[in-house]
Order: sequence, then C-alpha cells, then structure tokens
Amino acid sequence: MLALTPAEWEALELSLKVAFWSVLCSLPLAVAVAMLLARSNFSGKSLFDAVVHLPLVLPPVVVGYFLLLLLGRRGPLGALLEEYFGIIVAFRWTGAAIAAGIMGFPLMVRAIRLSVEAVDQGLEAAARTLGASRWRVFFTVTLPLTLPGILTGVLLSFARSLGEFGATITFVSNIPGETRTLPLAIYTQTQVPGGDAAALRLSVIAIVLSVMALMLSEWLVQRAQRRAKGQDA
Amino acid sequence: MLKVRATKKLANFALDAEFSSDSGITALFGRSGSGKTTLVNAIAGLVRPDRGAIEVNGECLFDSARGIDVPVESRRVGYVFQEGRLFPHLTVRGNLNYGYELAHANERYVALDKVVELLGLAHLLERRPANLSGGEKQRVAIGRALLASPRVLLMDEPLASLDTLRKGEILQYIERLHDEIKVPIVYVTHAVEEIVRLAEIVVLMAAGRVITTGKASEVMGRPELRAHTGIFEGGTVIDAKVAAHDLEYDLTTLEFAGGQLRVPGVDALIGEPIRMRIRARDVALALTRPSDISVLNILHARVIEISAEQGPSASVRMDVGSVALVARITRHSVERLDLRPGREVYALIKAISLDRHSSGFA
Repeated sequence: MLALTPAEWEALELSLKVAFWSVLCSLPLAVAVAMLLARSNFSGKSLFDAVVHLPLVLPPVVVGYFLLLLLGRRGPLGALLEEYFGIIVAFRWTGAAIAAGIMGFPLMVRAIRLSVEAVDQGLEAAARTLGASRWRVFFTVTLPLTLPGILTGVLLSFARSLGEFGATITFVSNIPGETRTLPLAIYTQTQVPGGDAAALRLSVIAIVLSVMALMLSEWLVQRAQRRAKGQDA
Repeated sequence: MLKVRATKKLANFALDAEFSSDSGITALFGRSGSGKTTLVNAIAGLVRPDRGAIEVNGECLFDSARGIDVPVESRRVGYVFQEGRLFPHLTVRGNLNYGYELAHANERYVALDKVVELLGLAHLLERRPANLSGGEKQRVAIGRALLASPRVLLMDEPLASLDTLRKGEILQYIERLHDEIKVPIVYVTHAVEEIVRLAEIVVLMAAGRVITTGKASEVMGRPELRAHTGIFEGGTVIDAKVAAHDLEYDLTTLEFAGGQLRVPGVDALIGEPIRMRIRARDVALALTRPSDISVLNILHARVIEISAEQGPSASVRMDVGSVALVARITRHSVERLDLRPGREVYALIKAISLDRHSSGFA
C-alpha cells in the first residue's frame, strides 16, 4: 500500500524540483520588492503593493490563463524568449516553476517586508559611520537581521509551490514526467476508476511534506531570531 | 582642528550653529532639544545641512558653496551613539572588527589588542551584545568606533543610559583613551559633571544656536549664561595642579592661580592637572580672616559684582588672584556685610564640600 510506483516517485521528485527552483528564482526579486515597499515612498506605491498581492486573491486559474497568454509560444513574451534565447516555458516544468513562483510571491514578500520594517535603521547608520557603503550595509547588517523573515517567506512559498494546482494546470497542463506535480497526480488519480488508493497515498505524502516544511521553518526561524536578537546561539 | 558651520530648517526646529575648536575634547553642551545631536549628525553626514561647511583636520567634509558632500562612509568620523547601536547578530569581536576591516591599512592608527586592553574588553570578545551590561555595551561601542581609525570621535551622550557608578567607570576609560590615543573628541552632553571632568572647550548651545564657545572653566562659571547652561546650581570651575598629599588625613592640596585649596584625597600624582568645580552655595564670605573655624580653605578675594536674584539669594562674583569665584549668599547677608564691588573679603570653602564628584582630570 505504501510503496510508490515509479510514476508517483516521478511526481514527487518533480514537485520538489519545481518548488525548489520557483523559490530560488523568486527570492532575490522578493527581497528587492520587500525593501522597496518597506523603505521607500514613491507615487503609485499602493497600486504596486496591490499588484504584488494580486495572486493571493485572484483565482489561480486566472493567473495561469494570463501566463499562457503572455508566455505561451505565441504570446508576446513567450515568442520573444523562444526567438532570442531558445527558451520555451509553456508546457514545460520550467513553466510550472514560474506559475508556482508567482503564486507564492506575495507570501514571500509579506514575510520579508515585516522583517525589514523591524530592522533598526540606526544600526545601518552606525555601520555607515564605520565606513561601510550602502551595499555593504545591506549585505552585512540589513540582510542578516532580516533572516528570520526571509526563512519564513522561503518556507511559506515553498509550501505554497508544493500545493500549486490551478495556475499550473491552466498554464502548463498535466503532462506526466514534465508538469504533473503531486497535486496534479492526485487529481488525476481521483479521475480514474480504482485510483483511490494511489490518491490517498499521494495525499499522505503531501501532508507529511507540508508538516515537515512547517516544522523546519519554525525551528529555523527561532534559531535565526535568537541570533538576530544577539543572544548566544 | 574642527570647523563647523551649519544651518538647517526642520519642521519645528531651526539649526544655525557655528563653532571651531582645536582642543582634545570639545563638549557640545545644552539642554535636550538645543540641537546638539543634529549638529553632531551633520558632522557625521547623517544629517545634510541646508547651508554650511564642515572641516576636520584641514579636510573638507561638507561645503554647500562648493558642492562638497563627502558620503558618511568616507568621512572617517567615529560615532558613539547614546544607545550603543551594537550589531546584535555579531559577537563583540565581530562588532570591533567591523570598522577596522573597512579602514585602509595605511590609515589605521590603533590595533585591536590595544583597544581591547585600553577598554578592558578581553573577557567579552566572544559574547553577544544582548548579554552585555549597559556599561559594557558602551565600552564596546567606543572601541568599535575607535578601531575604524576615525579623524574625530563623536560621542552623543554616551553615558545617558547608565547609572552613576557605570558613568564614573566609562569616564575613566574615556580619559585614558584621550591620554593614550590622541584622537580629537566631540562630546555631547547636558551633564555638568561630565563637562567638568572631560572638556577643555565648551560649546554652549540653546535653541539651535551656539550661545558661546570658550574654556570650560570660563563658560561654566558665568552667571549670565545660567538660563542656557541650566546650572541653577551656580558655581565656578578652577584649573589646578596637585601640589601635595596628606595621607594621614586623606587630604590633597591643590595649587591654582589664586592660591591653594585643600580637598578630600584625590587619586592623582603630584603635578598632575586637575579641575575642580566649586558650587556657589558652598562658598561663604567673611570680612575679616576667621581664625577659630573648621573651614580649611580661606581665600582672599575682591568682589567684582553682585547680582540679586529672585527670592532670598544673591550671587557675589569675586576674583581670587586672577581666578573667578562665585558665592551664593542671602541678600540679607549682602546688606549686613555691606558688600559692594571692590570690597575685599575672605571666601570660606569647606574642604568636605569639594567631593570627588566635583573633581576631574584636566
């Protein structure tokens, strides 16, 4: 009952791969957007904020559909990518990673932004009087002190990526071995007669993965908070 | 040499200040809200003046007329903040090394070992800031600023958050550091004791302006500045030298331009300069030299001016030799003794009233 079939292993591996890359690629952008929202004032900031948060409230299908329009092989951006870089994301696992990254983006930005806002800017001023340029201050003071928020953001968006369904199936479809991640595999099993046992098995795996991610995040965040508060670790 | 001229308009405050100093320790003195911190921030580059010029040791850091505004990180000003501002994610060693590693090798003038020894930090190096006491934090903050080999060290009320015992301890460290490493210090404070103990030059500020600049012993004694200094506890500051110690009675004899003073034992070598604050209310006056009296210090003086105050008291300003001294006595006594400018009097000062808090190494 618990032994996974090769196809199920494939779905699990694919899910982890998609989640990993979606998080890795969206992280620098999320840090930049969080810094922008936490530290600067510009006209149109609230509109920008709303756009960043859009994936949180839109039906995922809508996000997937727009991705398809934009990045599909005949979409404006998709055609450009293919012509100049030979990159095709539609109906590929990379497309699934993009969809997952976008759906998890607001969660990541929110967590990091809260953390950035909690950083004492007096410490940054102190670092500058000691001879550190703005960039060095960012990497040696701001970023380390933001670490708890970054870890929270990373794990939240990782978990969100593992569970991504609507945008993924709309944008890159449900191709075994390419875009059939765990949730899509579960969905597929529920659609075939006699797939109940497999669906249940995959669901248990999804639950275990999510619980592990949450526990790991809790542990890492506590560690990072102790460090950022300056207690001996 | 430090030359500062800065104007800055803020929503409910205007800074328009100018001073220069070539002394070792310059104190910016004034009540809270007088613009001291804003001025120091302008020197550090954390506040940009609307107009002005700032020069440290001949190096121009800011000049609005010439369009010069050296960025904070290139100014080489060490800044010790009131609340320490240690990096919480680094150990004490990491904090100390932060600026040291960023300084150019040929501009460094002090090494980690020296600073650790000077400030007594050896046992703290591997600790994190959250586990340090207030006094330890400030010592680390001073060391961190010093290790960046700054041209000038700015200290913004570094003792404000400490208790009296710790204050004395840190003051000792600052004195040592000033003696051993000749970095000019700009010291912001509103505490008279700290001025008496540390400062050579005092820049007196009020409402964003510099009221006067001068030697600590002069500025702090002037009664007409009392509204600005906030020293309702009037007095004078006297520059003296240790002349002798009387170990049997634990007394020290000081020599100053107006004569000698005997004070409770001071922990200093003979010949060492010392500064003594004499509170006006601790000085009594007599027309003839009293003989059978416990008071140890009887100084011959000449009355310069008498200013009656509200209430019962009056300030009598005198010259003892060439040194100014102020006595605060009742208006009643002024009349009874018929005191007036030019009159010769004897100033009586109890040795015990000159306690350790009123002395400081010059």
